[in-house]
Amino acid sequence: MKLHLKIWRQNGPNHKGRLVDYDLDGVSPDMSFLEMLDMLNEKLIARDEEPIAFDHDCREGICGMCSLFINGQAHGPDALTTTCQLHMRRFKDGDTIVIEPWRAKPFPIIKDLVVDRSAFERIQQAGGYISVYTSGRTVEANNIPIPKETADKAFDAATCIGCGACVATCKNASAMLFVAGRVSHLNRLPQGRVEAARRVQQMIAAMDAEGFGSCSNTGACEVACPKGISLADIAYMNKEFIASHFSE
Amino acid sequence: MSSINIREGKPLQARIPQGSLAEKWTHYKDKIRLVSPANKRKLDIIVVGTGLAGASAAASLAQMGYNVKAFAFQDSPRRAHSIAAQGGINASKNYQNDGDSDWRLFYDTIKGGDYRSREANVYRLAEVSGNIIDQAVMQGVPFAREYGGLLDNRSFGGVLVSRTFYAKGQTGQQLLLGAYGALNRQIARGKVEMYNRHVMLDLVVIDGHARGIITRNLVTGEIQRFSAHAVVLATGGYSNAYFLSTNAMGSNATAAWRAHRKGAYFANPSFVQIHPTCIPRSSEHQSKLTLMSESLRNDGRIWVPKKLEDAQALREGKLKPTDIPEEDRDYYLERRYPAFGNLVPRDVASRAAKERCDAGYGVNKTGEAVFLDFSSAIERYGKEQAHLQGIHNPSKEVIKQLGKKIIEEKYGNLFQMYEKITGDNPYETPMMIYPANHYTMGGLWVDYDLQSNLPGLFVIGEANFSDHGANRLGASALMQGLADGYFVLPYTIGDYLADYIREGKVPTDSPEFDEAEEKVRREIDFFINNEGTHSVDWFHRKLGKILWDKVGLARNAEGLKKAIEEIHELRHAYWKEVKVPGRADDFNPELEKALYVGDYMELAELLALDALHRNESCGGHFREEYQTEDGEALRDDEHFAYVAAWEYPAGPYDRYEKAVDISQAILHKEPLKFEFVTPTTRSYK
Repeated sequence: MKLHLKIWRQNGPNHKGRLVDYDLDGVSPDMSFLEMLDMLNEKLIARDEEPIAFDHDCREGICGMCSLFINGQAHGPDALTTTCQLHMRRFKDGDTIVIEPWRAKPFPIIKDLVVDRSAFERIQQAGGYISVYTSGRTVEANNIPIPKETADKAFDAATCIGCGACVATCKNASAMLFVAGRVSHLNRLPQGRVEAARRVQQMIAAMDAEGFGSCSNTGACEVACPKGISLADIAYMNKEFIASHFSE
Repeated sequence: MSSINIREGKPLQARIPQGSLAEKWTHYKDKIRLVSPANKRKLDIIVVGTGLAGASAAASLAQMGYNVKAFAFQDSPRRAHSIAAQGGINASKNYQNDGDSDWRLFYDTIKGGDYRSREANVYRLAEVSGNIIDQAVMQGVPFAREYGGLLDNRSFGGVLVSRTFYAKGQTGQQLLLGAYGALNRQIARGKVEMYNRHVMLDLVVIDGHARGIITRNLVTGEIQRFSAHAVVLATGGYSNAYFLSTNAMGSNATAAWRAHRKGAYFANPSFVQIHPTCIPRSSEHQSKLTLMSESLRNDGRIWVPKKLEDAQALREGKLKPTDIPEEDRDYYLERRYPAFGNLVPRDVASRAAKERCDAGYGVNKTGEAVFLDFSSAIERYGKEQAHLQGIHNPSKEVIKQLGKKIIEEKYGNLFQMYEKITGDNPYETPMMIYPANHYTMGGLWVDYDLQSNLPGLFVIGEANFSDHGANRLGASALMQGLADGYFVLPYTIGDYLADYIREGKVPTDSPEFDEAEEKVRREIDFFINNEGTHSVDWFHRKLGKILWDKVGLARNAEGLKKAIEEIHELRHAYWKEVKVPGRADDFNPELEKALYVGDYMELAELLALDALHRNESCGGHFREEYQTEDGEALRDDEHFAYVAAWEYPAGPYDRYEKAVDISQAILHKEPLKFEFVTPTTRSYK
């Protein structure tokens, strides 16, 4: 099939960017979206033009590296899908596809479609862990029985891949869903309760310091999330945050 | 013996401690030298790679007090390819009371590796496996649990017990997030300096010791020097040499290969794992292959049609798999290996799939696919659920619905992943799968301390060669990465560093650093300025095809010789004709790939040479000349019970001026002594 692509090109963080038009022929419906971009890049290299920079790595929807805004939607039109899992059979011959980077102030553009997500790292460093020594001399694993329902809820929240689709989609560029994923994962577990209050306060403070916007509960993040992290996790985090001010 | 001429060097000593198998590690730990907390603060360690092995090592070393600098090529340690490991992690906890023990985990691993690994290392791995689970649970890793609140287990290939701990199909992700948390804690404390989006482009060796690295900042192109008292490589394997593999696009062998060029020996490069259950290739534009976890073989049954005409009709789309009646299906693993059935080790399952497809029973358009079918499991679970819920005489539909729910709980994300890629719904129709490159057992040679032959260079995780012999068992990679990083290296590295507490900072203005940086700059300039005609991928695809066709699932002397010639020619062409757009001082993914592929070209040739010299079949290395009557691998313990560690041949460093002659690599043998188990013919029948 033949496609009209409008792709954001930008040389660097301090350069001005613009949408550039490309026509691409011979796209097969079995290709993944990123393989389609590989194909375009091969053509650009052959024409001595600079290929389009985009982030990607595992190409199976788990590393969280890929980060494209496709026709106005984070990771494209499919629910519960990362950009790398999107396939061209989802598009039609003759379609126009607009491809942009994540747009959020705390995610400055590095080049073309690549953004800097190190703000997420600093939030995780502020408390996204349980402070135990890595000596292995902890307690025997089965000495901490955890109800299956609790373990499952913690797991669901822990499947966040840190891609940033939630931030890119939110009109306020809020990172609440991302932060709530980690808080909900760790605070729900008995091992994580010890530091629960400190964790939620520190992570939220770090999030605010990075300049992410406020949450107004529109739920756009949940819709865009390729892993289905739930708005209920934000509610849980809010509860934890308020409660943390009453705990000693 | 082979007619090829191999230059042989001095044999290697692994420095294995004396004593009984179960006491070696304990005795070793009691006797090694320790570094005091005050002195640890004076010592610097570089950790390259932050997957399970690297992140756990960096976190542990920093927690002990060392100053750590850690490097990742992605924008976060959380994205390392360990994240994609699906099925689980082994540990000899024996929670299921099915007779498991350290000894059994050790024995299964040694046997699974077809007796080409070191007893002492493998036993140590089994010994610390239980601690990994304790550690991970304490870090908040949400493993699957039973309703009683205790941990659940499942089975993997090559074993007869249930010792695999898992978190749905995302075990690697959850374990990595655990290690990432531990690492973040140390970054926050200032004990780890984290360098994301950096690649290591050379190892700096001073007076024979590893003392630093040269890196390139992938965003700015800046070339930097970093010094330390020891360098730890945790940079994964080299499956991507084959172009198509289940590895991430950025996974590369460059750090390991460059250490090899600086003198570290590369062991058993021909031991690569071709995983039986991957989504088959579909088009020539394919950029990577996707694994479907081995855990699926707990519940999925592998089959092809019994009749050639049915296979033909399937390929032409005239029949659907569900049209083929039970009696016309050949569950060939259950037929050939009744004791282990669908859970034979990976090498055995992969070869069996190739055997059926080569015989004309392949089921997709390309003829290279077999079915992995969940319908029996859906029915079995459905009936059990109906019984539990007190539903009497449930209809087929109800059984199916209930069964699907259980399958979704166990493998939901894998089924979703499969549907995204293929457009087929595996709850309704069997999956189609085929073997693909997945893991490399070979890697840099290390002794019992996980130290390479270059003092001060330690290698952990998939990047070393140590524990899996000629074939790795499922759910053992996560175990090894974390064992190395959390529990082995933090001890062994102290014994080396104890000598350097008085040394002070290693300066980065020495001639060795100057020279290493200068060479890196020259190579980058070469690529940017070369007026070539073909893209990096163009060459990489060609290299991958040679390897897959001639150094893949089945190998023979003639094909290997041909492969060596073809790689040699391609390598020469690469340095003349490769075309790299963009600038050196910019974000330039094509330049990154060009650097990686230059290294793959040499590695691929050594891989083929190693396969050619090993005149036996063992594990994933299957030489057609050496097989039993019923097509099983035929080992030669008399001549090949050794680790083949290769020394990089002397020659010019600037490869673009004159290519190095890989055939002149020097072979150092480490004889494998089996004191506690007797190598036998592996049988899974």
